Amino acid sequence: MPETLAAEPVVDLDESLADALRPKRLMTLNMGPQHPSTHGVLRILLELDGETIVGAKPDLGYLHTGIEKQMETKNWQQAVTLTDRVDYLSNLSNNLCYALAVEKLLGIEIPAKAQWTRVMLAELTRINSHLVWLGTHALDIGAMSVFFYCFREREEVLKLFEMFSGQRMMTSYIRIGGLALDHPRGWDKRVKAFVDSFPSKVDQYENLLDNNPIWKQRTIGVGFLEVDRMIDLGVTGPMIRAAGVNWDVRKDEPYSSYDKFNFKVPVLHNNDVFDRYKVRMIELRESCSIAKQALEGMPEGDFQADAPKVVLPDREKMKTQMESLIYHFKIVTEGFSVPAGEVYQPVESPRGEIAYYIVSDGGNKPYRVHMRTPSFGNLQALPALFDQKLIADSIATLGSMDFVLGDTDR
Amino acid sequence: MDNPHFAALGGMTLEVSDAFGEATAVVDPSNIVAACAALKARGFNRISAVTAVDWYPREPRFEIVYHLHALPKNGGKHERLRLKCRVGGESPTIASVTSVWDGANWYEREVFDMYGVTFTGHPDLTRILMPDGWEGYPLRKDFPVHGHKYDYAENK
Repeated sequence: MPETLAAEPVVDLDESLADALRPKRLMTLNMGPQHPSTHGVLRILLELDGETIVGAKPDLGYLHTGIEKQMETKNWQQAVTLTDRVDYLSNLSNNLCYALAVEKLLGIEIPAKAQWTRVMLAELTRINSHLVWLGTHALDIGAMSVFFYCFREREEVLKLFEMFSGQRMMTSYIRIGGLALDHPRGWDKRVKAFVDSFPSKVDQYENLLDNNPIWKQRTIGVGFLEVDRMIDLGVTGPMIRAAGVNWDVRKDEPYSSYDKFNFKVPVLHNNDVFDRYKVRMIELRESCSIAKQALEGMPEGDFQADAPKVVLPDREKMKTQMESLIYHFKIVTEGFSVPAGEVYQPVESPRGEIAYYIVSDGGNKPYRVHMRTPSFGNLQALPALFDQKLIADSIATLGSMDFVLGDTDR
Repeated sequence: MDNPHFAALGGMTLEVSDAFGEATAVVDPSNIVAACAALKARGFNRISAVTAVDWYPREPRFEIVYHLHALPKNGGKHERLRLKCRVGGESPTIASVTSVWDGANWYEREVFDMYGVTFTGHPDLTRILMPDGWEGYPLRKDFPVHGHKYDYAENK
């Protein structure tokens, strides 16, 4: 009968059910160190209140290899090979940053051809890194096909690196005093083919994602953090540009003749995962345009500086001139000495501000090299980015940060 | 040499130099938080990095190096400064600047991890890159490059 159905016990049951469903205590969830979305080995201890993250504590160091300590045992030129291994997606940016810092200490002038080649390769590195980021980030969110398109173009970039340096990833092509080798035969045709076709490939990626309702739902409005908090925590690169800060080291503190190139710095204001994606997509186009400008305006001349104490002499000169032979012997046996001093050289890597702080005591080895790596700085904002957000959004947020754990742990 | 920011610090700077266009000031360790707060008020809204250099066997042994950056949010002039503090002794200690910039947190943990310098007032001064049970401070000049034997199973 209706009277009995509406009796009191029914209401009591409802309340007790709601009470039972209400979380009574926080749950600790261990994410990683082998979680696929961390793209490396990162462990995050999450404190959950139901679906909401109330605390996140990153635990790093799984990829710590002591690169800074090892650098103190190599001579100046040998240490270039270690800089490749810091951030395995932007090797040439690291090569460049180290070379620029040591060249500042040495006070040597780099010929225009080497500078422009450095710019071109640094921008191809940015394309390479952003492609890996886009492919894996889309994969994390569930858009699988983007990954294959991105890796198709990335392969071309790696082939170009191989053509220049003989190595696909650990290039060590940018050396103190210039470049390791002169341009390879036929490089210009290959680079031209790539930069001409690449903008249409970026259209393809955007076609796959820009109007994809799932992609938009999972990225728009996700991963917000106040811009002042981001600056305070040391966030750099595309993340800070998606938060409305117009800062790019290439524009604001130009190095390696970036001031001679014409490019835009993308700045967006929504400060969410979608805007970080858009910033990187615009950067892909801008990088391609810079590489094209470098290719078209490539100056003639030497690929190494006129600094006989630092740069190995030409083989022909070494065999015919006594002085060159002596320099060759000295550089090969003990390396060169760098005047005592300290420099801090920032460079815009694909992930943000990478800076080498180098101290020399006047010897043939670095006394101290500190790498201010963008992944380390950006990752520091992770607890703040996760705080009071849904656990389902954590993967998209993590992906948008674009860190490389080799770069954080060194 | 006559950097206006350092001039504003008054008596807190011990030495001022400007090599390679990079302004550097040595500050007494007892003044570091006050100096950083004063510079933050002058527009240095960002700490780029904190690191250390070990000048073993010189005493005071460690130089703690702070790289400051004035980042104008809407474009404008970027400025960078370097502050240095010399600390030494049996247990090198300096005040933490995390109260000025949150971004100093992990960098100070890294210096603690690698050099064994204690930052007083730091919210979570634990090892960041090395395992928790690690003995010694790897980036000290008297720490061997080849490391020492370490049992991961025993030091969970």
